Amino acid sequence: MLLINCPHCGPREESEFSCGGEAHIARPLAENTLTDAAFADYLFLRDNPKGLFLERWRHAAGCRRWFNMARDTVTHEIIEIYPMGSLPKTKAGKVAHAASWRRETAAEAAAKPAKAKAPRAKKENG
Amino acid sequence: MGFFSKTPAPQIVRLATGGRVNRTKPLTFTFDGKTCQGFAGDTLASALLANNIHLVGRSFKYHRPRGIMAAGAEEPNALVRVGRGNLAEPNLRASQVELYDGLYAESQNRFPSLKADVGAVNSLMSRFFPAGFYYKTFMWPASMWMTYEHVIRRAAGLGRVADDHDDPDRYEKTNAHCDILIAGGGAAGLMAALAAARSGARVILADEQNEFGGWMLAEGDVTIEGGSPADWVAGIIAELAAMPDVTLLPRTTVFGYMDHNYLTLTERVTDHLAVRPSHLPRQRMWKVRARQVVLAQGAHERPLVFSGNDLPGVMLSGAVRTFINRYGVVPGNRCVVFTNNDDGYRTALSLQQGGAEAVIVDLRHEVRSALIKMAKEAGICIMTGHAVTIASGTQRIARVEISPVNEDATRVLDDPVHMDCDLLAMSGGLSPAVHLHSQARGKLAWDEELLCFKPKSVHEACFNAGACNGVFGLAKAMADGLKAGAAAVRACGLDAGDHLPPVVTAPPQNWRPMPAWKIPNGQPEGEGPKAFVDFQNDVTASDVKLAVREGYQSVEHVKRYTTLGMATDQGKTSNINGLAILADALGDEIPNVGTTTFRMPYTPANFGAIAGRDIGNLFDPTRLTRMDDWHRAHGATFEHVGQWMRAWYYPQTGESMQEAVNREVLAARTTAGLLDASTLGKIDIQGPDAAEFLNRIYTNGWLKLGIGKCRYGLMLKDDGMVMDDGVTTRLGENHFHMTTTTGGAAGVLDWLEEWQQTEWPDLKVYLTSVTEEWSVATLSGPNASKILKAAGIDISLDPADFPFMSMQDAHIAGLPVRIFRISFTGELSFEINIRARHGLALWQLLMNAGRDHGITPYGTEAMHVLRAEKGFIIVGQETDGSVTPHDLGMDWIVSKTKPDFIGKRALARASMSDDNRKQLVGLVTRDRKRVIPEGAHAVLEPNQPMPMEMLGQVTSSYYSPNVGGSIAMAMLKGGRSLKGGTVYLPMLDGDMIEADVVDPIFFDPNGDRING
Ligand SMILES: [Zn+2]
Repeated sequence: MLLINCPHCGPREESEFSCGGEAHIARPLAENTLTDAAFADYLFLRDNPKGLFLERWRHAAGCRRWFNMARDTVTHEIIEIYPMGSLPKTKAGKVAHAASWRRETAAEAAAKPAKAKAPRAKKENG
Repeated sequence: MGFFSKTPAPQIVRLATGGRVNRTKPLTFTFDGKTCQGFAGDTLASALLANNIHLVGRSFKYHRPRGIMAAGAEEPNALVRVGRGNLAEPNLRASQVELYDGLYAESQNRFPSLKADVGAVNSLMSRFFPAGFYYKTFMWPASMWMTYEHVIRRAAGLGRVADDHDDPDRYEKTNAHCDILIAGGGAAGLMAALAAARSGARVILADEQNEFGGWMLAEGDVTIEGGSPADWVAGIIAELAAMPDVTLLPRTTVFGYMDHNYLTLTERVTDHLAVRPSHLPRQRMWKVRARQVVLAQGAHERPLVFSGNDLPGVMLSGAVRTFINRYGVVPGNRCVVFTNNDDGYRTALSLQQGGAEAVIVDLRHEVRSALIKMAKEAGICIMTGHAVTIASGTQRIARVEISPVNEDATRVLDDPVHMDCDLLAMSGGLSPAVHLHSQARGKLAWDEELLCFKPKSVHEACFNAGACNGVFGLAKAMADGLKAGAAAVRACGLDAGDHLPPVVTAPPQNWRPMPAWKIPNGQPEGEGPKAFVDFQNDVTASDVKLAVREGYQSVEHVKRYTTLGMATDQGKTSNINGLAILADALGDEIPNVGTTTFRMPYTPANFGAIAGRDIGNLFDPTRLTRMDDWHRAHGATFEHVGQWMRAWYYPQTGESMQEAVNREVLAARTTAGLLDASTLGKIDIQGPDAAEFLNRIYTNGWLKLGIGKCRYGLMLKDDGMVMDDGVTTRLGENHFHMTTTTGGAAGVLDWLEEWQQTEWPDLKVYLTSVTEEWSVATLSGPNASKILKAAGIDISLDPADFPFMSMQDAHIAGLPVRIFRISFTGELSFEINIRARHGLALWQLLMNAGRDHGITPYGTEAMHVLRAEKGFIIVGQETDGSVTPHDLGMDWIVSKTKPDFIGKRALARASMSDDNRKQLVGLVTRDRKRVIPEGAHAVLEPNQPMPMEMLGQVTSSYYSPNVGGSIAMAMLKGGRSLKGGTVYLPMLDGDMIEADVVDPIFFDPNGDRING
């Protein structure tokens, strides 16, 4: 059982947490023109690497906050815990992020606002 | 032959002095109905041996007579059932059961009795029970597996569980943290504990036995600091016990070692007591998170694999010494010690000192050890370069054949001599107990010198010490323990100090065994009496070789095919012998063949301890509404909805369920019905972006919803499938009250929080579950307004003042309420929310006020019928995670104009508009009285051959008294195009129900009744 260092509560047992699977899956913006196949990369395909994996976790039976974790799926070593919405800071974490096939997908490109500075919330108002 | 004296001396089983038993405290116990005596300090095994009882069980597959082989956790044979009735526990190792007064034990796996076992015929048929027998025989037909399995489990099973499955014992669980956990309190473990404790570290020291000391308590030929090992141990334990940060856990097995130094321990708190105090749990499971771990579990002695090695009276060499020196029990009179290393010599000397006669049969041709001199000086007969080729006897070993063998003990050189005996002590060398190390994914290396696997590298923050580290011998193990303890201390960032190990004297022992894995018996391979490798699973050397001949090469495959190393002992005695024989058959080296993975538990852990107090209502709480007492007092029957108990229907005297439901359903449409809807999920949503948040969560638009207005919403997963529904109300500009399905409440909150935190953290929204803050009574029917007026409502209920789909705060008889004019029945309906604690008062007020207006409480069954009459879906009943709004005919609720909501893009996928998807339809049976069973499958053509082409399934089906006939909802392929047509529903009994496909709305299709 993992010992997970919740950024808000400190080290707690794994049983207090739930794993939310692969991290850094950017959601394509609504106005996307993705093909069904490209959209499926976002919707259905999930990584299951042997080695370092960037995952989302949540302190479900604690503060209920989500965070990211870089965990080795072989050794179960936790390399890094970092906030939602940010990227890994460790070298290994950065490499794992950059090396993901997902970085090249059309779905991920479609998740980026057309104008870099435009806040997402505005774009999605309806 | 004249190895032993002509007339044996009468056997002295229990020595007059010595050992750790208390001869002033005799205990009475029962084994298979026979009353016996033992002493405090005995195990069941030592007490049985003291009564000269060797036959204690029958083997797993062949039902062969089996005896006590070991003195500890590695015992494969002597599995017993202890206790009676619902307190009975099977598969306990007699060597680990502490004796107490009145202990009741039975042998296992025998019928009708241990000495006359019917199943032993399996042994005569053993030619037909080779390796993989069960796989080969019971492969086909698969439909017969259930029958086979039943027979196999009864014939070949291990013990029988308690007669009454309701375990009356109490168990506990506890969590603990420490700097250093030490598993094993023998020589190495105690030294590690000492080093750790003296540094000021928080220490937990656990040992599975009743007292600390391990093998030190079993040796009569060593001294520590000039005294007995037991005295030295007592001094160390006294020092440790006096330290506040040291927790000593005797009778505690570390059985699991998981990630990040998380270990599980079972403490047997009262198992050893004749009278168990009620304030103590029987067992306590410890869950320990340790900064550092020292593994000091010792080693297990290996048997020798020779024909007849499973007879009662054939024991491990070290075990014989333990019984003599620790328990004062000499388990034989004329003893053959069969060894491939020095250990047998110490046992022979102990036997002789205990008054027995001993002959040493040593596989080695040349023995250099100083121990041989000691044995010779003691007058013990030694036969080097010899092997016990065959042991024989009926229910206990009676004689052996001894032959000279070649240098590597692979061939018999001459005809055997025969020797009568009543005990055989065998030693095949030591195997470090690397179980926890392996569980923690530590790596192993083969030691060419000691012929064993020992730890090579660790994966967790831990250190191995002593025999489990491949460091044998008392002085070396102590030094190794001290070293490991100090290393663990330093790893914790503490000062390890400088401690010296005690001065030890011990016989000079060469720990290298001779590699001799399968002892020849002078006959062709596979002939002659069986030579067992795995005693608990009845796996012989021939079985392993057969598996190889049949093409198995991987050690993991051979393990599963032959069952070698499985069952409760997890191959403690069999692992290395099996591997070596496998390697030999494969023509490979042992390290290349590798070893199987040890998995938890180290020894079987009691389910009761694992469950602890998490049983019954404490495992899964039952949630009750505030009106629950009233429902019970008025004869309601209940159903589970998630964790909630909901009133199902309220039968009056003599009423059947159908009659009661009919009455409730009619009342709700003719007078008034009252439903306890408190269990609905309720989420309070606040914040400046609350409306925008809902707009993205739900499929329809929410930005323009007026304050005080209610709206029905459908939530989809991002794949476009319906996930939940409910009515949400705008209480203020930035404040909403969401309702969810009863079962979906927790999941919806999770869902909302996930999206808020991970996808839209820029939205200022605050989510709070308020399900339990409110009690809800739903008043429905034409008389609803009259009843509310009679109850003293202080607002106008005129539809002009209080329109459908709106909310008002009000008072009823002075109690503040929040009323939602929404309807799940299609009738004029008020969902009256009140502070939870007033729920029962509200309910009683309404029942009293409604007495003259035909108010009728109705349960969830009537609620289902009423909503089905109106064609309202229930998420989880009509939907199953593969249903879109379009499938439900609910396109009206999916916004075409919103740029985004969860599931929007997925709904645009090509497959979503496939006309052949399952779609919601209504079904009315031709025979209007016939109610289709829910789950029935529909077909278009009733006379087609099987397997029939199925259209889909009936999701809801009831008798509707308001319609006057049966109604059903179904999800059918291309369902909407089938309207006006007929489908058929084949029943299990061959019957066929005929039904017309209609719109899924059966009553008041225009919604005329909504205003009463
Ligand atoms: Zn937390």
